[in-house]
Amino acid sequence: MVKPKHIRRAEVISYRRSGVYTVLTVSAPGIAEQVRPGNFVSFSVGGEESGLLLRRAFSVLRAEERGVYGATVDVLVAPTGCGTRWLARRRPGDMVDVAGPLGRPFRLPKSPANAVLVAGGYGVAPLIGLAVALRARGCRVDFAVGASNADRLFGVLDAKRNSTIARVLTEDGSLGERGRVTDVLPGLMERANSEVAYACGPMGMLAAVAELAAQRGMPSQVAVEESMACGFGVCMTCVLPVAGADGTTRMVRSCVEGPVFEGESVRFADVGTVPSDVYGAAGSPGDGEPEPYSGDA
Amino acid sequence: MAVDLTTVLAGVEFANPVFTASGCAAAGQELDTFTDVTTLGGVVTKSVMRLPRAGRPTPRMAETASGMLNSIGLQGPGIEAFLANDLPWLLERGARPVVSIAGSSVQEYTELAQALRDVDGVALIEVNISCPNVEDRGHVFACHPASAAAVVSAVRRNSRVPVFAKLSPDVTDIVGIAEAVLTAGANGLSLINTMLGLAIDPGSLRPVLGAVTGGLSGPAIKPVALRCVWQVHAAFPDVPIFGIGGVRTGTDALEFLLAGASAVQVGTALFGDPTALPRIMDELGTALDERGLTRPGEIVGRAHRSPLFVAPEGPDPLGDASLRAAG
Repeated sequence: MVKPKHIRRAEVISYRRSGVYTVLTVSAPGIAEQVRPGNFVSFSVGGEESGLLLRRAFSVLRAEERGVYGATVDVLVAPTGCGTRWLARRRPGDMVDVAGPLGRPFRLPKSPANAVLVAGGYGVAPLIGLAVALRARGCRVDFAVGASNADRLFGVLDAKRNSTIARVLTEDGSLGERGRVTDVLPGLMERANSEVAYACGPMGMLAAVAELAAQRGMPSQVAVEESMACGFGVCMTCVLPVAGADGTTRMVRSCVEGPVFEGESVRFADVGTVPSDVYGAAGSPGDGEPEPYSGDA
Repeated sequence: MAVDLTTVLAGVEFANPVFTASGCAAAGQELDTFTDVTTLGGVVTKSVMRLPRAGRPTPRMAETASGMLNSIGLQGPGIEAFLANDLPWLLERGARPVVSIAGSSVQEYTELAQALRDVDGVALIEVNISCPNVEDRGHVFACHPASAAAVVSAVRRNSRVPVFAKLSPDVTDIVGIAEAVLTAGANGLSLINTMLGLAIDPGSLRPVLGAVTGGLSGPAIKPVALRCVWQVHAAFPDVPIFGIGGVRTGTDALEFLLAGASAVQVGTALFGDPTALPRIMDELGTALDERGLTRPGEIVGRAHRSPLFVAPEGPDPLGDASLRAAG
């Protein structure tokens, strides 16, 4: 059963800057109540006369059902282009157009388990809410938070507050340890006796986390970030090759079948290609092989 | 005065002239979580092929000025799964399906039409002969009058419902292609599909799209679409036309009707606003009312006639002949 989705004009309640990022809090009744960690929302950008037609998608950093300003969601805006820069310039009282909740959230363990959370850059956004939800279920949470530099490191305090061990890394060493999260992950998993991994960040990092988890024989869930035009399942731009329970790989939509996937099911090495054994590829069992067109037939 | 948006296309009645465009609303289910699809003129489904198809590599999308490029490559479930899952859902929901079909041979189009022939509830068939995202540009049937006619003729012979041919703007003379498919039996035309385009990433120094080229859509192509509708309507004023390309407001829809379309399809606007269609329907109703009109049919092609000297029965001073002569 599909949950009702909402699209509405929403007021910006507050904003704050953190390094290169901006955290926006927007009024989102109907959306905030339904959000689970891993869900995302999308915003129109550029205003009514804008030539930017497509929405921008953001993991929900925090959802408040009944706060001082009613139901609100926080999103972490990284300035990657003119659309996100426009959004980062919104100020309290400005109206924005928000849709959600979108995508499938992280699945939580049925019984208490030791969870390790791995964040790269603004990929930390959905993991903070996840850490809170996991701890509410009696799970142990350990965190590895990394970014290229201090300006792109976010959520360190929240990560520390909601974890037993928190490792903080930057590639240039400008804050925390120098290095990448995947450098310290094997040791962290060992020390924390991790039983499940959750990750959000660049595709290469997700691939490495899924691989390290698989080596330990433990499950992982990864939240991917693929470019998408619609965010609600109609445009087919955000697909990636994912192996199904039946063993068949399909090009699946990260907006509705993801953005959270089982780490072992994503064929990371084949992202950006259409593997020859994928369902519906030329030469595969579901072959859409074109026949040569011979003129006036 | 109440506006009645009822629209008749090739003898088939629809509640209003605002439809989804193929490839922009899948088969309606996802859109229905935002917009009641039974209120739309109709749902034009994503082009279905005979077999399941994986499509082109990612990235498949590039946002461009007032538009976007896509290179999906007709990813889809194939006709069997479409008939088992997608079409029954639309019919049970009470929507009006216009089924878009695509193939890489006349034989494939024939088989698709045959598979649809005995299914009740299909309002129209749209023959997509103009998808630019195929590996061999020689397979774009809509670029060759004889190939386009061969496909349409095969589908027409094997269909019980009216057949609309969706044409490409990437041709020298769209009126010539329209003439070929109408002669082959098309009951109407869908104008236009996307235009072939390219985006380059100044960071990677490479094309943005995995497939290099893609189809340009959105308001960027609206003037091209209006021009195509205008030229074809001038040549064939009695042929029903879906105007497609950059429609995102009721005023856009009005402009397409004035150019000669009987209905419009909304595509790219849905990505940014999944509730765009009911809004466009309302805005079109208001736009007609403000002009003292009660039915959309009253203004179809009206822009071809001088506002100062309206002579519906006489020769058209600004129509077919002058435009075609001007090239």
